[in-house]
Amino acid sequence: MEAFPVLIRKDRKAIRYLVVDDSVFARKNVAKMVESFGGEIVGEAGDGCTAITEYDRTLPDMVLMDITMPQMEGIEAAERIVRAHPEARIVMVSSVGYQENIVAALQKGARHFVQKPVKSEILYEVIKYVMGDDAAVATPTLQGN
Amino acid sequence: MRIELIQPFINAADAVLAETLQCSTRIGDVSMEEEAYRRKGVASMVTIKGDIEGRIIFDIDTPTAAKVASYLAGSPMPESVEIARETVCELANMVIGSAVTTLNDQGFRFKINPPVVHVAELGEKSSEDQEALVMCFDTDSGNIFMNIAMRYTGRRRADNRPV
Repeated sequence: MEAFPVLIRKDRKAIRYLVVDDSVFARKNVAKMVESFGGEIVGEAGDGCTAITEYDRTLPDMVLMDITMPQMEGIEAAERIVRAHPEARIVMVSSVGYQENIVAALQKGARHFVQKPVKSEILYEVIKYVMGDDAAVATPTLQGN
Repeated sequence: MRIELIQPFINAADAVLAETLQCSTRIGDVSMEEEAYRRKGVASMVTIKGDIEGRIIFDIDTPTAAKVASYLAGSPMPESVEIARETVCELANMVIGSAVTTLNDQGFRFKINPPVVHVAELGEKSSEDQEALVMCFDTDSGNIFMNIAMRYTGRRRADNRPV
């Protein structure tokens, strides 16, 4: 996997992520990518209902949310999370990338959209953009003399 | 079978498999299926309802599924039926999501249901207005079969606009 400069929060701590997808593989894959960016996975969920519960429990810096899921779809879950937490940063990650779907997600409070199969360089740039001034690229500390 | 209906699925499968498996894919055997669908390995089925109706089945054997799963997860995965099921559903999700995006942008409106594992040995027979096209994608990880049966039920929204 391509190496990326580590992205951290302004307080120099790791960015905390909640990954929501009904596919275990998709969760693993996205988790691996964000960990390679220096992030920390604080929760995972396989459907929209669990995503809401996990958000309340973990209060992550960012949610990476699939759209098509059983029980409750990602757009509805995003809407509910944003209603309760207007500061929530939610990025939709889906294979269904037609314009109406993207617009619906953004109208419900999602901040961005990434199409599957997820490319790490695109996800990195989207996270950096959505975190805005609340994140920075970590500068390596000089060791010893 | 209308080629404009199935071409987005072929293009999507080609692109998604190449991207996911980091290799070029080749389309192997292609055939029109008149008899009932016979499952080859572990299969998942997605149904579509709306301006276009039908179903797409992805079919993969367990060793191939383990190799594909390793790419999807980014780490080696063992061979198991459970992993094969998860793999074939995720592949179906990505391919169909991509194809649906293209068809939607062309003006077709429909609803897709999440993939379900297709457990029956035999599926329904194709009908006169809904023939099934079966194609095999040869990849470095093994063969992946896609079986598409689809038909128009209505006209595109753009076609219905008053002139």
